[in-house]
Amino acid sequence: MRRIVLWFLATLATVVLLFGYRTSTSSTMPSTVAVAAPAAAAAPSTGTPSAGTPAAGTTTVTGTTASTRWGPVQVQLTVAGKKITAVDVVQYPNGNGRDQEINSYAIPTLVQETLSAQSANIDMVSGATVTSDGYLTSLQSALDKAGIA
Amino acid sequence: MGMPVSLALRGRHADDTAAWEQVLAELRHVDAVFSTYRPESVISRLGRGEITEDECPPEVHEVLALARRAERASGGAFSAWRDGALDPSGVVKGWAVERAAAPLSALADTDFCLSAGGDMVCRGLEQPWRIGIEDPHDHTRVLATLDVRVGAVATSGTSRRGQHIADARTGRPPTAVASVTVVAGRLTWADIDATAAYAQGADAAAWLGHRVGRTGLVVWADGSTTTVGGTAP
Repeated sequence: MRRIVLWFLATLATVVLLFGYRTSTSSTMPSTVAVAAPAAAAAPSTGTPSAGTPAAGTTTVTGTTASTRWGPVQVQLTVAGKKITAVDVVQYPNGNGRDQEINSYAIPTLVQETLSAQSANIDMVSGATVTSDGYLTSLQSALDKAGIA
Repeated sequence: MGMPVSLALRGRHADDTAAWEQVLAELRHVDAVFSTYRPESVISRLGRGEITEDECPPEVHEVLALARRAERASGGAFSAWRDGALDPSGVVKGWAVERAAAPLSALADTDFCLSAGGDMVCRGLEQPWRIGIEDPHDHTRVLATLDVRVGAVATSGTSRRGQHIADARTGRPPTAVASVTVVAGRLTWADIDATAAYAQGADAAAWLGHRVGRTGLVVWADGSTTTVGGTAP
């Protein structure tokens, strides 16, 4: 696996300045395993316009409720002029078992014991301290160092 | 404030630095357009009323439309307009990193995981990427792991932007929740939903549970956790 790390000075959401750039390579991965497709959201029904909330040329149109295998789904379109500017799902399936089916990919598994990132063969760390000053002491930093040392 | 960008590649094009350069070029471009810290950026000029929305490039329209959707979907807890000032940065980051990952998607037989400041886009067709979720109360610990094949993971919490995230309806930062991690098909929405859920404090897990196609983990201020999407009724 190859790991590239770049430290940016960010103006907040994104980036500006190159701080350091180190790369290295190690092994590649074995093959096998099929692709798990992410769960698909339910398809909306054909909508009949039922509501209009005018706000400077903007209209919202709520579709009729569609029955899906997971439960009822209803979609709302926001139209400005002739352009659809937003599609919101206003009604969701509320049977929990069905929710689970829709959401059943990549569910976090709680780790009971204290675990460092390296000992768990973790590739990346998601967390709030990976940004800003926290990076240097973060697990992600440790992983990056391990990968590029 | 600094934001590290980490990229892991494996497979046929694991040594392709051209794709990495494209990733960086896209991030720089987005920064030039959207930085509220740069007075000459498009978003700063729009905020000062020097240009109209119609005069902005298409990506600004896209981001503002996202911001409006996020505000509606979160019942106003999430807003790109703070005290009348335009600040869509809560929407831009995930969206930008997702866009920046496009050149990596074009690499055949190559898996990638692109992380920017703890939020990431993953493709692990050969083998899933194993993502650790940081414990917001002890940054040396991993609280949970998840295996992601194709999808995105984003985490919002107190330490990311100081006390920057507030419930736009009250102007106050949430106190009941320590961090929210969201897994979704696209990073744009994983990031928005993590921030929007976090801003809602005690309602974070309940709100996230109604978002179609999301799973996640809410860590509460008292250290307890709620897994969203993975628990039986």
